[in-house]
Amino acid sequence: MARAVSTQRKALVTVVAWVIGIVIFFPILWTILTSFKTEAEAIASPPSFLFFDWTTENYGEVQARSDYFRHFWNSVIISVGSTVLGLIIAVPAAWAMAFVPGKRTKDVLMWMLSTKMLPPVGVLIPIYLLFRDTGLLDTRIGLVGVLTLINLPIIVWMLYTYFKEIPGEILEACRMDGAMLKEEILYILTPMAVPGIASTLLLNVILAWNEAFWTLNLTAAKAAPLTAFIASYSSPEGLFYAKLSAASTMAIAPILILGWFSQKQLVRGLTFGAVK
Amino acid sequence: MKRLNRALFGATALCTLAATAAFAQDTTLTIATVNNGDMVRMQKLSSDFEEKNPGIKLEWVVLEENVLRQRVTTDVATKGGQYDVMTIGTYEVPIWGKQGWLVSLNDLPDSYDVDDLLPAIRGGLTVDGELYAAPFYGESSMVMYRTDLMEKAGMEMPAEPTWDDIKKAAEAMTDKENEVYGICLRGKAGWGENMAFLTAMSNSFGARWFDENWNPQFDSPEWKETIDFYLDLMNNYGPPGASSNGFNENLALFQQGKCGMWIDATVAASFVTNPNDSEVADSVGFALAPDKGLGKRSNWLWAWSLAIPAGTDAEDAAKKFIDWATSKQYLEMVAEKEGWANVPPGTRKSLYENPEYQKVPFAEMTLESINAADPTNPTVDPVPYTGVQFVAIPEFQGIATATGQQFSAALAGTTSADDALAASQALTEREMKRAGYIK
Repeated sequence: MARAVSTQRKALVTVVAWVIGIVIFFPILWTILTSFKTEAEAIASPPSFLFFDWTTENYGEVQARSDYFRHFWNSVIISVGSTVLGLIIAVPAAWAMAFVPGKRTKDVLMWMLSTKMLPPVGVLIPIYLLFRDTGLLDTRIGLVGVLTLINLPIIVWMLYTYFKEIPGEILEACRMDGAMLKEEILYILTPMAVPGIASTLLLNVILAWNEAFWTLNLTAAKAAPLTAFIASYSSPEGLFYAKLSAASTMAIAPILILGWFSQKQLVRGLTFGAVK
Repeated sequence: MKRLNRALFGATALCTLAATAAFAQDTTLTIATVNNGDMVRMQKLSSDFEEKNPGIKLEWVVLEENVLRQRVTTDVATKGGQYDVMTIGTYEVPIWGKQGWLVSLNDLPDSYDVDDLLPAIRGGLTVDGELYAAPFYGESSMVMYRTDLMEKAGMEMPAEPTWDDIKKAAEAMTDKENEVYGICLRGKAGWGENMAFLTAMSNSFGARWFDENWNPQFDSPEWKETIDFYLDLMNNYGPPGASSNGFNENLALFQQGKCGMWIDATVAASFVTNPNDSEVADSVGFALAPDKGLGKRSNWLWAWSLAIPAGTDAEDAAKKFIDWATSKQYLEMVAEKEGWANVPPGTRKSLYENPEYQKVPFAEMTLESINAADPTNPTVDPVPYTGVQFVAIPEFQGIATATGQQFSAALAGTTSADDALAASQALTEREMKRAGYIK
């Protein structure tokens, strides 16, 4: 049962939550505002917050100079593709670890996580050579593969913790009723873990969308996603902050909108099982 | 028999068609380049090349400088073959040329007029007599100063100032109450940030990175004098928080009228004199980078250049493109479409002989600055390396980034000049031993 909370306390918590939210969101807001300024206004000091000549010329210039939609589609295919492929592999893996744990299950889980501890640049050259010899450089398939492998430990870990929350007795009961393994996973386990799977899916789409090491290093012109699109507007010699902000806004907008609409699922999934 | 004939005829026709298709197939050139004004302009104008060469299609990969460097280095070192034309600088060309990673450009057509290239720039892109990259634009560094502030202080900037002149001018122009600082210099750590400036500055003080036997020289009195002078200048007349200022931060400060002087890349001249972006556009003067009377000035030399990685399958088309992009005709085309001030500077003698180009306010000073730098003989005392503001060895990036952090910390006041020099000496010695240059 929920505890009675005084109005005062509620107001305080609300204010604190809003302050934290605004602080976290401020850099993004600033990027969006800067994208509507001219280059001279973008570096003006003191900076103007809302009262400047709003202009959309940066967006026009960015679109004229580079093909946004090609990069956008590459990002969609790479992030969704790698996440779906990862889930197909991770659901059975997490099922096995959660419900039929062996002596070494914990070690396997730790070992999977340990692969995340290696700095990616350490394996850049070997992977680059593999990609070169298999013709996967600058292809979306290659990137889907690499990002699947990179995010697999996280997907397995997340699903594992969600599956652990599901009572094994339910699965036992369905087995008693004659369900085979396939039916057990597809019709019993998956529906019960939908919030968990959904939040895993969303989080991994976001992770893959933002991944900027492999997507930059393994692509050239054809498979380059939005991370490469942003990198083409940054410059150490020349002030192009307004254009860079416009490019950044265009790159994060899709994921921001996706996150906005699915925040309920995301929060539910992330806090799933924490209150019992 | 009839059937066989028909089959043979069909097969022949198919083969001919396939062969014609293969012949007519477009060559696609993938060009990796950096994001700066001149390169973006080239991308915009490249339809001219495609019109003149109907069989060649261009694909562009534009990246931020440091991302590009990492990306093309991986590709060229593994012979990945992702790019047909790469934009690289004077740091990479000598190293990559020696490794055999680049295609020689000695056989460019006569119309290219290779002897028209500025000797200092050409020298930096040549290894053992082979030209490994064609310069797209060249830059040096120089003093940019506020003519109005100098006038107010009752001073005049000599065309060839010494470091003492700079110090006096900085002192006279500083007005901290009104947020005007006498001098803005790079302080942000990085081999291409503060170390580019400090290395070039140290050349004029008679310092050098290594002696002829590759022994690090940070324990020399010349380096001590360089760093002491730099810290004194910045602490007394520089803007607050200078240890995090790079090119862009100083450009913003100068454009807003907060710097009396700024010593940096010649390419900045077109930015600070552009009235759309700069509040001080009509009161900027230029002078050569300062010296100390030792025969070397403190200016650097850099050229963004186009090179072809060995192993590309479109070598001929790539050469055609490089010939187009770095030719005299390209310079004329830019002048015609975008004005003389937007022509990529610093590569060809003929450009500086052009009376129209001589009218550009920073043209003469850019040429003189470039000519004052000699990458094959950069220091007062002899050295075993080439490069003015860098040492063209693969280990330099790592070493100079680490020493750059030391000097940035000294500027921020978290360490002393002596400690920063001692630490730089120790870490450079360690890395050079590890790399086998010294025992």
